[in-house]
Formats: sequence, C-alpha cells, structure tokens
Amino acid sequence: MNSKRLVCLLALAALAAGVALAQGSMLINGAGATFPYPIYSKWFDEYHKNTGVQINYQSVGSGAGIKQLLSGTVDFGASDKPMSDKQLADSKVKILHFPTVMGAVVPTYNIPGVSTELNFTPEALAGIFLGRITKWNDPAIAGVNKGVSLPGNDIVVVHRADGSGTTFIWTDYLSKVSDDWKTKVGADTSVNWPVGLGGKGNEGVAGQVKQQPNSIGYVELIYALQNNMSFGKVKNAAGVFVKADFAGVSAAAAGAAKTMPDDFRVSITNAPGKTSYPLSSFTWLLIPAQVSDAAKRDALKGFLKWMLVDGQNYAEPLSYARLPKEVVQEELKAISSIQ
Amino acid sequence: MATATTTVPGGANPSAGSRRFLSRLREGDEIARLITLIFAGVVVLIVVALVYQLWRDSVLPRHKFGWHFFVTGVWDPVFDQFGALPFIYGTVVTSAVGLLIAVPLGLGAAIFLAELAPAKISDTLTFFIDLLAAVPSVIYGLLGVFILVPLLRQYGEPALGKTLGFLPLFQGPPFGVGFLAAGIVLAVMVIPFIISVSREVLLSVPREQREAALSLGATRWESTWKVVVPFARTGIFGSIFLALARALGETMAVTMVIGNTPKISASLFSPGYSIAAVIANEFTEATGDLYLQALVELGLVLFLLTFILNGLARILILLTERRGAGVHA
Amino acid sequence: MSGEMTIRLRWRKIVSAVMLTLTGVCAVAAVSVLFFILGYLVYHGGRSINWDFFTKLPTPVGESGGGMANAIVGSAKLLLLASLVGVPVGFFGGVYLAEFGGRTAGFVVRYCADLLNGAPSIVIGIFAYALLVLPFKHFSTIAGSFALGIMMIPITLRSTEEFLRTVPGALREGAMALGASKWRTIATVIVPAAYRGILTAVLLALARVAGETAPLLFTAFSNRFWSPGWNQPTASLPVMIFTYAVAPYDDWHRQAWAAGLVLLGLVLVVNVIARGVLARGVSVPRS
Repeated sequence: MNSKRLVCLLALAALAAGVALAQGSMLINGAGATFPYPIYSKWFDEYHKNTGVQINYQSVGSGAGIKQLLSGTVDFGASDKPMSDKQLADSKVKILHFPTVMGAVVPTYNIPGVSTELNFTPEALAGIFLGRITKWNDPAIAGVNKGVSLPGNDIVVVHRADGSGTTFIWTDYLSKVSDDWKTKVGADTSVNWPVGLGGKGNEGVAGQVKQQPNSIGYVELIYALQNNMSFGKVKNAAGVFVKADFAGVSAAAAGAAKTMPDDFRVSITNAPGKTSYPLSSFTWLLIPAQVSDAAKRDALKGFLKWMLVDGQNYAEPLSYARLPKEVVQEELKAISSIQ
Repeated sequence: MATATTTVPGGANPSAGSRRFLSRLREGDEIARLITLIFAGVVVLIVVALVYQLWRDSVLPRHKFGWHFFVTGVWDPVFDQFGALPFIYGTVVTSAVGLLIAVPLGLGAAIFLAELAPAKISDTLTFFIDLLAAVPSVIYGLLGVFILVPLLRQYGEPALGKTLGFLPLFQGPPFGVGFLAAGIVLAVMVIPFIISVSREVLLSVPREQREAALSLGATRWESTWKVVVPFARTGIFGSIFLALARALGETMAVTMVIGNTPKISASLFSPGYSIAAVIANEFTEATGDLYLQALVELGLVLFLLTFILNGLARILILLTERRGAGVHA
Repeated sequence: MSGEMTIRLRWRKIVSAVMLTLTGVCAVAAVSVLFFILGYLVYHGGRSINWDFFTKLPTPVGESGGGMANAIVGSAKLLLLASLVGVPVGFFGGVYLAEFGGRTAGFVVRYCADLLNGAPSIVIGIFAYALLVLPFKHFSTIAGSFALGIMMIPITLRSTEEFLRTVPGALREGAMALGASKWRTIATVIVPAAYRGILTAVLLALARVAGETAPLLFTAFSNRFWSPGWNQPTASLPVMIFTYAVAPYDDWHRQAWAAGLVLLGLVLVVNVIARGVLARGVSVPRS
C-alpha cells in the first residue's frame, strides 16, 4: 500500500511538472480551410521555431473555421471563400480578411491503367459532377484525350462532405462555365451534390480518390503532389489546356492584383489570359479587428508581418503562388487596423 | 451511546425523531448522509440538465419543421432545409444489417458457452469476448478503413453483386464504403454484448427444464433449441435490444466506413449517413442557429431512442431472470 | 417400425451434432476476431512504433516523421481530470445507494445512472459543448474531461454500490458493536474491505473512456502543440487516430497504426488486470 501510494504521488508530481513546464509559451488557436493547410502547418512550425509562439491550427474546413470564429471559440479563422456580406453583418465583431497565398484546385483521378495526364474541358467537368457523364470513355472526355485508351468503367465522383472553401472555388468555377450547373447546384461552401461520395477535408477527398479506382475528385494542388496522385489539365477561358502550377495561378491573379478591393475579397476563377489556370484562388486568414488580449494581438500581428515577408518564401516549394507585390503592400498597411 | 437505536446496517434509513437526528448529527452520520446524497443527486442533476439542454437547444427546428423533420429527405444547409430521414434511414439500415449478422452468430456462441462448453473453457472464452467489448470504436474504424473497405470493394461486393445482384439490396457500383461496411463493423462491435447477456440469461434457466427435455428423449440440440432458448426468449430479446441501443449510438467506426452521404438507397452498396455520424462531422461547422439546432435535435432523437431501447432491454432481462428463479423455487 | 425410428433418431442426432458444432464455430469465430484485431495492430503498429513516436510533436503536413507525444500526454491529462470528475460522484453516490439510500431515491439515482450509461457518447459531447465550450468561448481539456467524466460515473456508481453491498454483515455489526458511528464504520471498515473491487472498476471505467473519440471532437478539439494548463484545446490519441486514418498520407497511416496499438494495448492491459483481479472475487457489472 505504501509503495503504491508513493508511485501514485510520483506520477502526479511528474504530470504536474510537465504541465507547469508547458505553461510558459503562448498558444493561439485557429481553425479553418484545409486548402492551405500544408503551408499553414509549415508556417506555424517555422514561426514557433523562430519565436516560440505556438499557433495551433486545426484544418476542419472553411465552413467550420468561419463558424468557430463567429462563436468566438477560436482566435482566428481561415477560409478559401471570403465571408459573405450577410455573415459579416451577423458577426458580433468586425472581421478582417488577409490573403495569405494563392493556390490551385485540381481535378485528381485514379483510373487503373491510365497514368498520362488527361485534359478536361469545363463542359466535361460539369457533366461529370452533374452525373450526366457516367463513363470514363465518354466522348466528352475521350474527344480531347486522343491517344489515351480510357476504360468504359463507371466514374466514381468524390466531393467534400463538409463545408469547404475548396468546394466554393470548384463550384464557383463550374457556375461560371456551365449555366446548367449554376441553376441546378450553384456555388457555395456546401451544396446539394447530384452524385458522389463525401470525404472530409481535402485530406478526406484525396484519401478517397487514392483508394477508390475509377474515381475523380477535386483537391488543392499540393495534396495531389504530396500523394503522387494523377491530376488533369483544365481548359482555361482562352481555350488553352493548362496544368496547375504556381505560375499559372500567379497569371490568374495578375489582373485582380491591380484592382484589389480594400477588404481583399475577390474571386479569380476562370480568369482571362493564355497562361492562367482557371481554378485558382486566394485564401484568407480571418482575423477579428479587435483583440482584447494584448499579448495575443501582438503575436497575431507579428505573425502576419512575418507571413507577408518571410513566409512567402515557403509558398513555391509547396506549389502555392506568392502574393502579388501590390497585395502584400496593402496588407502590411492593413495590419495596423487590428486593435 | 445512541448507536444502538440509530441506523440499520447497510439498509434504508428510517425516519428519525429530532432527538435521534441530533445525535446522528453530532456523530457525523447525518453529514455523511447529506454529502453522499448530494453526490448521488449530482447524477440526477446531470441527467436532468442533459435532457433540458437537448430540448432547449433544438427549439428552432422543432418549431419550424415539427413532425416533418422526421419524414423529409432533404438536408440542405444552404437553403436551411433540414430533414432527418436520410440519417434515420442510415441508422436503421446499418443497425439492422449489424443485428442480422450478430444475432445468429452471437446466439450460437452463447449457446455453446452456456450449454456445451465445460466451465473452464466457457469462462476463458467469455473472458476474451468481454475484452472484445472493450476495444475502442475508433480502432474498429481504423481496421474498417484499411482492411474491410478494400476487401469489400475488391472482392466482397462484386461477389455479392454477381450472385445476389437480382435483389435491389446488392445492386450498384462497389464503393467499399457504405451501408454494408458499416453494418458489418457494427455486427462485430455488438456481438460481445449479445453473447455475454444471452449466456447469462441461458445460464439462469433452471436445470430442471433441460433435464426434463432430455429425459423425454430429446437430443442435446433439441433440448437447447426447443426448451431452454424459448424459456430464455425474453432475456435474449433483451440482449438484442441492448445491442441495438449500442449500435444506434456508435459514431466513429460508422463515420469512417459509411461514405458520409445523406442518401436513401435500397442498395447496401450505396454510401449513406447515420445520425451519430452527421453530428460528428457537421457539428463544428454548423453556421447559423437553425443548422446547429437541427443537429442537436438529431442528438435528442438518438438519446430518446437509446433510452427507450435500454429501458425495454433491462425489463426483458429482469423478467427472464425472475422467471428462472420463480420456477426454481 | 423400430427401423424408421432408428433412422429418424440418427437423423436427429446428426442434426444435433452439426448444430452444436456450429455453435462452437460461432464462439471460436467471435474470439478469433479479438486475436485478429490484436495481431493486425501488433503487426502494423509494431513496425511504426519508434522512439520518435513517443517523444516528438507532429511535423508539418506532408513531411514525414514526428510523433504523437502531445497526444499521449493530452490523453493522460484528459483521463486524470475525468477521474477527478467521475470517481468522486460515482463513489460517493454508490456509498449513498448502498448505505443510506431510501427506496425511491435509490431507484431514481440508479435509473439516472443507467440513462447516462446508455446515452450515446456524441450526445454527451453536445452537452459538454453547450455547458463548457460555448459560454467560455474556447475548447479545452476541462470540457473534454467533463464529457469523459460523465461517462465514468455510471460504472463507478454501480460498482461501488455492488461491492459495498457484498461486504459481509458481520463486519458491519462488529464495528457497530464496538460503538463506531455509521460514517466511521463505512470509512474505516466497509470501504477498505471493498476497495479492491471499487478500484478495479474505476480502472475499467478509465479504460472505457480512454478510447472515446466522439465527445472529444468538439470539446477538447485538437492541438498540434503541447496544451498548456487545462484551459486550452489538446490533442488526444483517439482523435489523432481518426484524423490520420482518413487522410491520404502514408506516413500518417503508419502513425495511426502505431497510436492504435498503443491505445488498444493500454486498454486491454488494464482490462486484463482488472478482470483478473476481480475474477478472484465478485463479477463486474456489465457495462
């Protein structure tokens, strides 16, 4: 009995010590988009190494990020869909949008026996996700992929099960290129999908596509790259089939950079230009304009500054596009409006 | 010393006159009683608070949709249309598949353990089966995702489709994830409960019943199946209800293999959704009060269902055990 | 006529033998599932367990390596606090039921404990969210522990009551005869006699909630770093297993297996010890 008591006390003491030791550093909590999660996790890791500030980011999807921010249960949110006017009006505190990087959404597929890059027209993508095009060797797909032998298997569509900014980018693009899509489904973070399986987060969709033969899904570029998954070229507004990379994304953002509104909310899908990648988008950090805790406020502002200057260097190795110079300048000015 | 007149060992406290009360108070017994009463009361308080919170936080959809909530098949957060039917359907179907698999297997195992196996083997095997009940849900989900789903997708569902594909149950493309996968996982998870409860119920059947049957010339099997099992029938149903209640509330294992699509389909190969799974997936992202409260209402429904089933189960088990004791007397 | 009867009898005997063998097959199948699960986890998880797993924090997405040190400590903290919530309520509540309880009060308390036991864990998560997350505006270890603690109460309560009741009347009467008051009897004689059973029941309750994931999803949330204190979100083993299993990264799958092995190992070891100890005494109430 005595030795048992001693062991218990020692264990408690060790635990208490461990807890106390971890007490020192500051912890900031954020949640939101899975689209930029690879680079955010890299940033927060590097920032922690540099400054000791711990920013705990949970990739739960843009929808959840916005919700948690509005409930006040996290210190900041992140989304690939800018908050709507209604959401901003409903919010008890003013929310500021800070673009962080630009990324690309790619149509990724898993067709046994097909390892070449496929070309996708906007009509093909809309048809597949509307459930109209059901087989891989459909003329709409085969027509622009001459020389590739596509099987007659059924297409398994994979989409997001959760509220997603990536979904918004995908459906925003489809609404712009297909009137049918616009009327039947529309563009939002969560839509009534006509067909398909649901996956949670970019991670979930990538996981499903990777395991499910004959499937197609939409994910952020880095998820396809990091998991060695095939993804196709998409025909842009100028009629060119473009493969996603940060150059194509930067081209897409070129026009918008010059006309960026003050609140930084803008869509760059289906952008003009020969080299533009049509499924490009900014992604934003959602920061409350008023942060009462001074230490947290300074930490957030410090991170934003670091992100806009040093952080941008991490973008291209992870296939995200750096922010245009003009946007960076505007944002640096906007940081001061966080009180 | 007032001790001799105060309390009955281990039993109920008789209401005491004020003199006895004061003497109990002086000796600390009343304080002890009050303290433990408060803690016991906390249990009741938690339950009351839980039900109240579920009720209060689901007021919006209850007023807006009323009973339609349970029969509408559309779950559309964008247009604020919430119907629980796909989730109720998915919960029912997966639980049904789970029970269809688990009950014959579980009952068979329970019969073996109660009737045939020598005591030592029976106890050892029961020990292992109880351990099966202790395996966390997320571990079942892990195995489901990496083992069951690929097996179903590559071999199981195509085979079923070829042989039994004329039934609408087994039609459609083999995704691997879906109602069938979730049903199988649930079956594995509830078998230990069916086995352990049925075994106890069968053991409580008085020996005279078996011996009477055997002395009339029945084979071992006939005495078991035609006499003992029917005698314990109510308790076995109780174990099934218990298992069902457990299956209804399973969250993690189901959400990892069911496909997470709010769809109502006759095919077991189709992806679907269950009440617990949709709450787990969408709770943190439910923007807007109506959306969140619709999820809370789903939680309330689930709670009520398990409450009713658990209550029925306990009554049935109790009835069987009383019956056994009564006959024996 | 006897010929027919013999044939029929033989047929019935064959049926009997076949059916009884089938029941044996069912039992063996059920037990072998356990060994299959264990074997698979040992195989996959064992390959992925290394020193890093226990000591390092998670690495950025897509980079391999790192570990679940924060999740292991997070789970430990959650369980510690959960016991502080669940054990006193269950224990003292059980003492009330066994020693002081009246008819109706006892019935009501037992009924409520059964309700809590049967409540789906996700519903308890909703309750904890409404009570401890929303009003205070953050996810926290406290909220997660509260949810887990509630789930520990029924097992602790019923076990305490049952074990206290099994203490022989002779001990009670002896203490009373020596002039001890009721509470002194309980504290110094009855509880010590039953403490082994109660302790093992508490361990079983802990093993049960250690694997719970659903209620943690919106109470303790998760954390890529260490969770300072008790008021911040924290990583936990079950949530990490869930997150990593549904993602596409092979490295994360490896870590999920390793975490699964650690979690299952702990749960099974506690169960085996606890049930082994109890097998010498009274049986455990069915959970």
